[in-house]
Amino acid sequence: MARQDSITGKIDWLTVILYTLLVMIGWLVIYSASSGGDDKSIFDTSINSGKQFQWMVASALIAFIILIVEARFYVTLSYVFYVLLLLFVLSVLVIGVKVKGQQNWIRFGSFQMQPSELAKFGAALAISKYLAGLNVDIRKWHYKWRAFAIIGLPMVIIAVQGDAGSAIVFAAFSLVLFRDGLESYYLIIGASAVVLALMSLIIYKYYIIVGLAVIILLIIYFSWRNKKLVLLSVGVFILASVYVLGVDFAFSKLKPHQQDRINVLLGKKVSEKAEWNMKQSVIAIGSGGILGKGYLNGTQTKLKFVPEQSTDFIFSSIGEEFGFVGSLFIISVFLALLFRVLYLAERQRSKFSRIYGYCVASILFFHFLVNIGMAIGVAPVIGIPLPFISYGGSSLLAFTLLLFVFIRLDTQRYETMR
Amino acid sequence: MQIIILSFAGIFLLRLFYLQVIDTKYDVLAKNNAIKELDIYPTRGLVYDRKGELIVYNESIYDLMVVPRQAKKVDTVKLCELLSITKEEFLKKSADMKKQRGYSSYKPNAFIKQLSLKDYSRLQEFMHLFPGFYGQVRSVRKYPQRVAATILGDIGEVSERQIDSSYGYYKPGDYVGKSGIEKVYEKELGGKRGKKLVFVDVHNKEVGSFSNGEYDTVAVAGDNVIATLDIALQNYGEQLMQNKKGSVVAIEPSTGEIIAMVSSPGYDPNLLTGAVRGKNFNALLKDSLLPLYVRPTLATYPPGSAFKPLVALIALQEGVQTTNYFVNCGGGYTVGGVTVRCSHHHPSAGNIQYALAQSCNPYFCQTYRNILEDRKFTKTSESFANWKNHCNSFGLGVKTGIDMPSEASGNIPSVKYFNKIYGENRWKFATVISLSIGQGEVLTTPLQLANLFACIANKGYWITPHVVRKITDPVTGKDVTHPYERHQTFIDIKHFDPVIEGLHQVLEAGTARGSRVEGISICGKTGTAQNPHGDNHSMFAAFAPKENPKIAIAVIVENGGYGGAFAAPIATLMIEKYLNDTIQSSRVALETKMKEANLLNKYGISVNRSAQLQMEDE
Repeated sequence: MARQDSITGKIDWLTVILYTLLVMIGWLVIYSASSGGDDKSIFDTSINSGKQFQWMVASALIAFIILIVEARFYVTLSYVFYVLLLLFVLSVLVIGVKVKGQQNWIRFGSFQMQPSELAKFGAALAISKYLAGLNVDIRKWHYKWRAFAIIGLPMVIIAVQGDAGSAIVFAAFSLVLFRDGLESYYLIIGASAVVLALMSLIIYKYYIIVGLAVIILLIIYFSWRNKKLVLLSVGVFILASVYVLGVDFAFSKLKPHQQDRINVLLGKKVSEKAEWNMKQSVIAIGSGGILGKGYLNGTQTKLKFVPEQSTDFIFSSIGEEFGFVGSLFIISVFLALLFRVLYLAERQRSKFSRIYGYCVASILFFHFLVNIGMAIGVAPVIGIPLPFISYGGSSLLAFTLLLFVFIRLDTQRYETMR
Repeated sequence: MQIIILSFAGIFLLRLFYLQVIDTKYDVLAKNNAIKELDIYPTRGLVYDRKGELIVYNESIYDLMVVPRQAKKVDTVKLCELLSITKEEFLKKSADMKKQRGYSSYKPNAFIKQLSLKDYSRLQEFMHLFPGFYGQVRSVRKYPQRVAATILGDIGEVSERQIDSSYGYYKPGDYVGKSGIEKVYEKELGGKRGKKLVFVDVHNKEVGSFSNGEYDTVAVAGDNVIATLDIALQNYGEQLMQNKKGSVVAIEPSTGEIIAMVSSPGYDPNLLTGAVRGKNFNALLKDSLLPLYVRPTLATYPPGSAFKPLVALIALQEGVQTTNYFVNCGGGYTVGGVTVRCSHHHPSAGNIQYALAQSCNPYFCQTYRNILEDRKFTKTSESFANWKNHCNSFGLGVKTGIDMPSEASGNIPSVKYFNKIYGENRWKFATVISLSIGQGEVLTTPLQLANLFACIANKGYWITPHVVRKITDPVTGKDVTHPYERHQTFIDIKHFDPVIEGLHQVLEAGTARGSRVEGISICGKTGTAQNPHGDNHSMFAAFAPKENPKIAIAVIVENGGYGGAFAAPIATLMIEKYLNDTIQSSRVALETKMKEANLLNKYGISVNRSAQLQMEDE
């Protein structure tokens, strides 16, 4: 086909450049965070930056392979990918290795992989394929629960494996569903559920129930003639009360380190360790000032005050060494990438490609939100990586896969695919 | 969706703007460039003797530390001048430091270790000229009495293996006990290291604690150790033993406490502290008299005649002879073509007491023969095993369990051993006759010998010997003592009286009558350990007073000849000093003679061997 010959001309090079920029910045920051003052080369595989370089080469190779494969291949095999990756995630229960108390790693020789990172890619393909189907209407219950199941299945499996952070990421898909028409009251219920949950953790649970009762009684008092509203109010009250008690109960069932993280964020000091992590990250970032301390001159991260400074807390290295200007730059590059992906998604003729684009943007956005949020102390400490920047082979490979499949789809944006 | 993304990004940027630009709390860090993690070293516990006298304490010294990344624009000329080193030495020290394990240019590294307070205070005035450098207080041990070096032990830098097995507690350059009490009681004496995070300004001066000390941990001072030593007696013992090779071990029989333990030649424990430790350690290591060798617990000798009381006790217990057993002493004892000669002429012994007093060899050969040819047993190997069992129950041929880093178990040969040499059932009393008089394969440490006599003094039991009485927490004042094991022998209490009487006669009218002390009833036994390499070793073991014994002692003077020559006078002087605190005038001449006796020429040494050791200037 003539189209195939000029694929390089159809690739959205801006996205590729933004991707490359983030990966390169990440690599340099990983070097700074992991070298610890030893005069080791950035390519030295005994430190993280050297290993990351190997993963970067692998990712480039995979990106290239993705681009030369016909886009229709991904669409057709969506469900196959989904099922295979689910099995891959399940396999850790059998052949997995424990790292930091979580059994969600698989070892190939000297390499370790986290299948849960790849599961996002599978879910994105499957949900896009499903929603792109003829006559599928997310407003209808019949389609709705199937859509939720596609997202929920990997989420539950990963949560059961003890990696709550990676499981929560699947919540990002709800953004995709809204774009595709999920009713807004789900958002209202979801948001109030989050608010109530937070309140029930901060305030004594019975105070909330009493408060709710007062509000409901006021509503009933002013509109007792409206039977329907009264009944609805009572129903909401009962549901809300049960929910508050349920949250409290569920919280007590969480693992201690997860409880700590939430408590620290809510300002209820409990664990010194959880608090220390976030506090140190905030100090490191805060000490960066406007222009930062300069590359390789960060003392906070160098002295290992910030834990995980090349993985989950890598943003603290950026904030410390490059200051506000550097942080602004990184955030801008991220925004540019997100907006570009969204722009590309909207110009797709194929429903599949558009929805898939939204999936990519939502997942990247969610990671961006939680990771930077925790580094600057406004989100709970959930251990998920900053896409393309954090050290880690599985996440770099998974995000590369996610993004480049979309870039490939975009090259055939005038075609209809489902 | 774009709106959601933009609004969150906006929140992030506002937060970052607040953290990085508006809030100057973090700016302090940015400008001053460091929080420093200081290790707070706990004070090491002190050591007292049994009478409460301080015998080990600490003195402050300083390690000059440097954080290389912060060391910019250092006035090296001035620094070299103050440290009185040349530029080349300075560069060499920097190079050496980089080779150290765990070196990082972001972390403090020891540049020069163990500066005295004097040197450091000279440096401190100019510290602002050397950004990145600071002094870390450490302490060195001081020993005011200058004795008991091998028992008290010393401290030195932690070894790599210890670092690896400490799960991150020890760091390179930390000090730990290397020998003696310092090593055995490292956990108690060492305390627990603390950590302090501090802000430092551009002049590298501490300007305050980080986060109000929230992450600091306090250092927990080491516990004090109350040793069982009587340091005055120890000192006296070392004086008596000077210029002689050998050991003195004194035990309180009722408790198992070591009152004195002399390893001679000794050395001043202050030689192995501070910056001169390495140099002096090598000099001591090369000394042909092996001053670092802990003779009381590691050197083994045939006990010679000092073994005879045990032979007598076993014979009485097994009922193979009575107290009034007669053996004709014709100057020798011959069996199977082997003749054991008696050391001197004396009338034949008609009882055990007299045999012990005269140390009659034929008598104990016959006694041992009676033990091995006991009709209760069908074979020699069985009676022999029973005899070995008795010996082991007295702490011979087994480790006593003393709280010292190492101990030899000596030797009581086994049936297996002789079966291997002669074949099963092909050896008998005549083959092992030398064991009768404590020669041949029997080997004991001075500690075991003293413990044997403590056991006889106790009439049948001994307490695990130990050098530490209790551990005291310096803050709460609480004491920790742990009971030491009581070991019971198989000898009935009634058999001890005749043997003890015989040992008493040794000093009253026997082989050690020259060492008799007026007013103190001492029970002892001379011994002469055969030495194929030169003159025999002079040995004496004793306890006193006869009723209610307070001290049991063993003395070994290598190449000193007969037991009565050196060992008995030294042992009885120790006993007299301990019980009476003074030496009666009639024995002062003996005391002087012992102190001045010099056997070094017997070891082939004539130079003043201590000349090569250096003391720190004081």
